[in-house]
Amino acid sequence: MKEEDVIIRTVIRLMIPFIQIFGLYVIFHGGSGPGGGFQGGVILAASMILYVMAFGVTEGRRKLTEKTNMIMRSTGVLIFSGIGLLAIIFGGKYLDYGAVPLPFVHDVVKVRELLIDGGVEVGIGITVMAVMVTIFLEFYPGGTSDD
Amino acid sequence: MRILPLITVLLVGALLIWSAQDMPDMGDPNAPTNLHVAPYYIEHSEEEVGVHNIVSAILADYRGYDTLGETTVIFTAGVSVLLLLRRRED
Repeated sequence: MKEEDVIIRTVIRLMIPFIQIFGLYVIFHGGSGPGGGFQGGVILAASMILYVMAFGVTEGRRKLTEKTNMIMRSTGVLIFSGIGLLAIIFGGKYLDYGAVPLPFVHDVVKVRELLIDGGVEVGIGITVMAVMVTIFLEFYPGGTSDD
Repeated sequence: MRILPLITVLLVGALLIWSAQDMPDMGDPNAPTNLHVAPYYIEHSEEEVGVHNIVSAILADYRGYDTLGETTVIFTAGVSVLLLLRRRED
């Protein structure tokens, strides 16, 4: 696919860092305000979609290769279910985050908060972002890779 | 035989509207849904989960299985799109 105009490319190049920072903010702010992994992941995916629309699929695939995307898709679910399994290993029930012993944190409630904000939501965000980009690229003309 | 489905639809619709009259009003604080677990979540989610956002506390902790399933659904959707749309000539 051919690239867009130089004005569009420059503006999008300027916008993408802010979109991605906002997406990360929404993911990590999920515990204390509106937001969470699903919403933040979609915002992160939107930045990637914007990039592909301006610079073309080939350039977009260079930024986020199919292999990385494939790894990210599964990593998110793995993080989520892995935290659940960690709770079983340390004597709790599945997804009972309070049972996981974190270093330097001894308060059960604090452990739950940290694991939700820094683990579960991040896992959701990674999977949602990767899947959204996958779906977009597969439907985009010329987006289907051959590998 | 177009008249029979129409009558069925009208009857079922009338039945649903008639039975919906007994539903509690939208946002009624005395509705059964607002008296069961909702007050518990509002009162205890902060001290039990530590997350200030009640929605996130319910989503990630009280209803953790549901959210894990949702994430898996999204993952499955991505994999299905790949399987269906990626054609191979061999």
